[in-house]
Amino acid sequence: MTLNSNCPTGPIEKRWEKRRFEMKLVNPANKRKYNVIVVGSGLAGASAAASLGELGYNVQCFCYQDSPRRAHSIAAQGGINAAKNYTNDGDSIFRLFYDTVKGGDFRARESNVYRLAEVSVDIIDQCAAQGVPFAREYGGLLANRSFGGAQVSRTFYARGQTGQQLLIGAYQALARQIAAGTVKMSCRSEMLELIVVDGVARGIVTRDMVTGKIEAHVADAVALCTGGYGNVFYLSTNAKGCNAMALWRAHKKGAYLANPCFTQIHPTCIPVKGEYQSKLTLMSESLRNDGRVWVPKDGKDSGKRVSDIPEEARDYYLERRYPAFGNLVPRDIASRAAKQVCDDGRGVGPGGLGVYLDFADSIQRLGKKMIEERYGNLFDMYHHITDENPYEVPMRIYPAVHYTMGGLWVDYDLMSTVPGLFVGGEANFSDHGANRLGASALMQGLADGYFVLPYTIGHYLGQRAAGGVKLDHPEVKAAKKSVEERVRKLLDIGGSRSPDSFHRELGLLCWEHCGMARKKDGLEIALQRIPELREEFWKDLRVVGSGEELNQELERAGRVADALEFAELMVRDALHREESCGGHFREESQTPEGEAMRDDERFCYVAAWAHQGVDKEPVLHKEPLSFEYVKLTQRSYK
Amino acid sequence: MATAVSFTASSIGKKYVMAVSGIALFGFTMAHMAGNLQVFLGRERFNGYAATLHAMPAVLWVFRGVMILAVVAHIVTSVQLALRNRAARPQGYAKKQSLATTYAARTMVVSGPILFFYIVYHLLHFTFNTLHPNYEVTDLYSNVVASFRQVPISVSYIIANACFGFHVFHGAYSLFQSLGVNHPRYNGALRSLAMAIAVLVTTGFIAVPVGVLAGLTK
Amino acid sequence: MRVFLQVWRQKNGQSKGRFERYEASEVSPDMSLLEMLDVVNEGLVQKNEAPIAFDHDCREGICGMCGLVINGVPHGSEGGATTCQLHMRKFQDGDEIWIEPFRAKAFPVLRDCVVDRTALDRIIQAGGFISVRTGSAPDANQILVPKENADLAMDAAACIGCGACVAACPNASAMLFTAAKISHLGLLPQGQPERHSRALAMVKQMDAEGFGACTNHEECEAVCPKEVSIDFIARMNRDFAKAAATFRPPKARGGGD
Ligand SMILES: Cc1cc2nc3c(=O)[nH]c(=O)nc-3n(C[C@H](O)[C@H](O)[C@H](O)COP(=O)(O)OP(=O)(O)OC[C@H]3O[C@@H](n4cnc5c(N)ncnc54)[C@H](O)[C@@H]3O)c2cc1C
Ligand code: HEM
Ligand code: SF4
Ligand code: FES
Repeated sequence: MTLNSNCPTGPIEKRWEKRRFEMKLVNPANKRKYNVIVVGSGLAGASAAASLGELGYNVQCFCYQDSPRRAHSIAAQGGINAAKNYTNDGDSIFRLFYDTVKGGDFRARESNVYRLAEVSVDIIDQCAAQGVPFAREYGGLLANRSFGGAQVSRTFYARGQTGQQLLIGAYQALARQIAAGTVKMSCRSEMLELIVVDGVARGIVTRDMVTGKIEAHVADAVALCTGGYGNVFYLSTNAKGCNAMALWRAHKKGAYLANPCFTQIHPTCIPVKGEYQSKLTLMSESLRNDGRVWVPKDGKDSGKRVSDIPEEARDYYLERRYPAFGNLVPRDIASRAAKQVCDDGRGVGPGGLGVYLDFADSIQRLGKKMIEERYGNLFDMYHHITDENPYEVPMRIYPAVHYTMGGLWVDYDLMSTVPGLFVGGEANFSDHGANRLGASALMQGLADGYFVLPYTIGHYLGQRAAGGVKLDHPEVKAAKKSVEERVRKLLDIGGSRSPDSFHRELGLLCWEHCGMARKKDGLEIALQRIPELREEFWKDLRVVGSGEELNQELERAGRVADALEFAELMVRDALHREESCGGHFREESQTPEGEAMRDDERFCYVAAWAHQGVDKEPVLHKEPLSFEYVKLTQRSYK
Repeated sequence: MATAVSFTASSIGKKYVMAVSGIALFGFTMAHMAGNLQVFLGRERFNGYAATLHAMPAVLWVFRGVMILAVVAHIVTSVQLALRNRAARPQGYAKKQSLATTYAARTMVVSGPILFFYIVYHLLHFTFNTLHPNYEVTDLYSNVVASFRQVPISVSYIIANACFGFHVFHGAYSLFQSLGVNHPRYNGALRSLAMAIAVLVTTGFIAVPVGVLAGLTK
Repeated sequence: MRVFLQVWRQKNGQSKGRFERYEASEVSPDMSLLEMLDVVNEGLVQKNEAPIAFDHDCREGICGMCGLVINGVPHGSEGGATTCQLHMRKFQDGDEIWIEPFRAKAFPVLRDCVVDRTALDRIIQAGGFISVRTGSAPDANQILVPKENADLAMDAAACIGCGACVAACPNASAMLFTAAKISHLGLLPQGQPERHSRALAMVKQMDAEGFGACTNHEECEAVCPKEVSIDFIARMNRDFAKAAATFRPPKARGGGD
């Protein structure tokens, strides 16, 4: 089956306008009769819930944290892109569109990306009006910087806290709607199942994480904005609670999962220190603007003190290999290069898993004060964690799982293959192709939530009558019952291992075989090991305590159970995609110089997988990609 | 009126009441201290000063009215705040370590009531003369000198005034913050000013009993 | 290294809690305190005992979810850092570490060291926002914000809503949190139209939640992981007084055509 992306046709810059005009509208007086469930309160979820509530729909919003303000969008440091061209350096909607398609290594849908670039300018207006304290110039106008290797300065930022500030803006908009009674917020409540009635998404089942109460909620449409699945790898820059559960539940209920193997490994993270390590910390990419990346030329020097390695014995490998972009090459390239030098035995720090990010030259050139002004909080953070002072010794960094481009397949309207189920933010696969550019995820989350979902969900609702399914509907009751049974089952195994111990093992497996570089035999090993591990899990898991109380072990167990199934699909997808593109690097598919090589003949499509049952092979559906505006070329950053 | 009521019902409004009444009380004590110190200028000057005050009963009563109002507002509000603050943490910490607060700040609820009892005693002592019916109303100077020659009385005055110093140190610093009339640039200076004021009033008040004990008065 | 823990254990909001002593051996100085607790929990699970419940999410000092009182100091005495950023290297071999939940009437304990901080959300809901419809904003550069104001607003906006200020305050006052939001929005031109109503509504909600009042101990500022300054409390007091003196709620006038 080929998937229909449902994109409008015609000139690309008119498509979104055209679609908006074609949309069915809901009579203002009728809007409150429609119930919409939004799962997630990150940038995508909070902005969608607030905007839908403001339009007059009856919205229910859920998150697993104790407050909507804590969604992991909060952690984004760097910034948010927008094609404002405030710096007069030649940016435009088309250029942002072009950069995003190319940066994504031609695996994204042009229409979606164009719309993203188009609404990016509205996002900044919206956020500024909400009081997001963006950085300013002395004249009072907004400041911009260049980020992630972009050739124009189009990134807006709020100190090192852009994500937090944007989320607080959306959270405040949400708070306003909660006070107005249009949105009902449920915190510490986790979605454990999607309710599908007659093939249409009609609600969710949640567990109250304080009392353990399992509850069904019905609605006329459901939007999942539950973030990425990076935590399948256990160690990632995601928050501990981030999970693939909502996605996986929806997938099992019929929503296709697209390109799950497209994961982004961020080059500038603090290296792993010990076995107990629970998460990885990202150091903003902006550090690469002034820091130089190097390792010793000779692996024998790896253990030496930095001061004992003379200049000529150092290999500034990014500057050497990519003279045009140097230290500012895109993330996937920088990450892979770091892996290669470490595989060469030239890595530094514990286990040889690290490279230097050195500021000595910049400090000499610009002065310590300037560096402190630019990166003070990042340096402090590094110092806190590692107990090393980066003003004196170079930082050590290593790539880590950071973002997931894959996600639930959605059409132009951000609707999944289950009618009535919409997906926004990192949870969908839509805009970044095989690699996401820096500062574009925040943009996409807010674009989806403020400017796309409120329209497209309205259009969907406009085509049907409100209500219909009640809590006593057999499908609703069945969904609730299945959740209760699953919780019981997890509690009743009574084995010997904690959920985390399985999670760690799964993470290592994925990192090893489905991480920065993937090859056939490794992926096959993983594909064999994961089901085995899953079996062990269901035999030997131990969850202490009961389901009717605050039970963090039980929460983890549920998430790990789904991660164990999700990971298999991710590996399968990686195995099937016998090309290298963006964050997906297949060792079999590289140029003689070791650069990624796409295979547009065979793989210029979105791989959307349909679930057939656990332990059964999923079915692959392809959405062919065509490029009318950005010509297919091999990326080159030489 | 409704606004005024809801203002004083709010936690911030109450802080304003504390600060404004505190300023009034503080203003009074400064004047009072200036008067007291005249004891060192001799019997005539001191009694003359007392007599002048008593010769203007209207002024004196307006003044006393304001003081009574301030004292009542200050005390009632402080009790309300203290109760509110206590209720806000029904269960305390097994271990609590303070990082920033001062001794003076922590003991406001102690130094305040001590001051209250002290003020009552002081009024009974010198203003109403109930404690020492044999005092000569017109010869305040002798009353003061005679009283402070008794070590226990002097010592209790000295202790009370030390308390007063602590209260005023935190109070004077704090009231600018409560009223929102400070500025980061001057906060350091304000703290020094509060310290200076506290030292000044304390020494000013303590000077009298100490001076009497030291025989500096006739 | 090896440390001893005294941890507050409480089954749920209704039950009475108590301290339990645990030993954590094989602690690496590079571990964070929360990672040390993970290890202790793993050991408890092995013994079939309920692990210690504590809130956390990002583990990088930004989400504001974590919050333990460590040896009497909310977030521990690292300074300018959250609980999840505290590392074991700050402790000595053989130390006894007391771990308690944030304590305030407005923050009821849910389990062990997990407390309910939704009171802070309700303060924001009372008015901690700028009313702007999605899609109705003017071009961002039409609103000029002097850099000093933008920077100061950012200082206030840096608050992560962790509630440590409440936990540290001898009066369990939420004034630093509330002041941070009132100041963040009040410092920006966009926030002016609702400046007075916002201050009144947020303070009213703060009082209704049962937080104490400020008596200027400055403990909040000392533990605040984002170093939010108490100068904002002065600013809030000023705004509030001005608002109380001058604000008149607009009269509702229906009709029109
Ligand atoms: C460390 C870090 C730095 C980053 N920096 C940048 C940057 O500088 N620029 C940029 O553009 N992007 C950046 N990103 C990426 C970007 O922050 C995210 O992709 C984006 O914020 C995701 O937003 P979201 O709304 O999709 O999901 P999230 O913000 O992750 O929100 C997910 C929501 O779903 C809820 N949820 C999840 N599962 C469930 C469930 N089962 N039941 C109920 N609720 C659930 C959660 O409670 C949460 O509210 C960064 C990411 C990380 C990790
Ligand atoms: C001459 C006598 C007094 C003076 C000059 C004085 C002055 C002050 C001042 C300036 C403050 C600071 C207000 C603020 O923080 O804004 C204060 C606070 C306080 N006073 Fe007094 N006071 C006096 C007597 C008393 C008495 C008699 C009591 C108690 C019964 C009392 C109890 C308190 C308390 C509890 C506070 C702390 C309240 C708070 O900070 O919120 N004071 N006082
Ligand atoms: S003001 Fe500081 S301590 Fe208080 S909630 Fe905000 S970040 Fe936490
Ligand atoms: S866990 Fe997010 S701030 Fe500590």
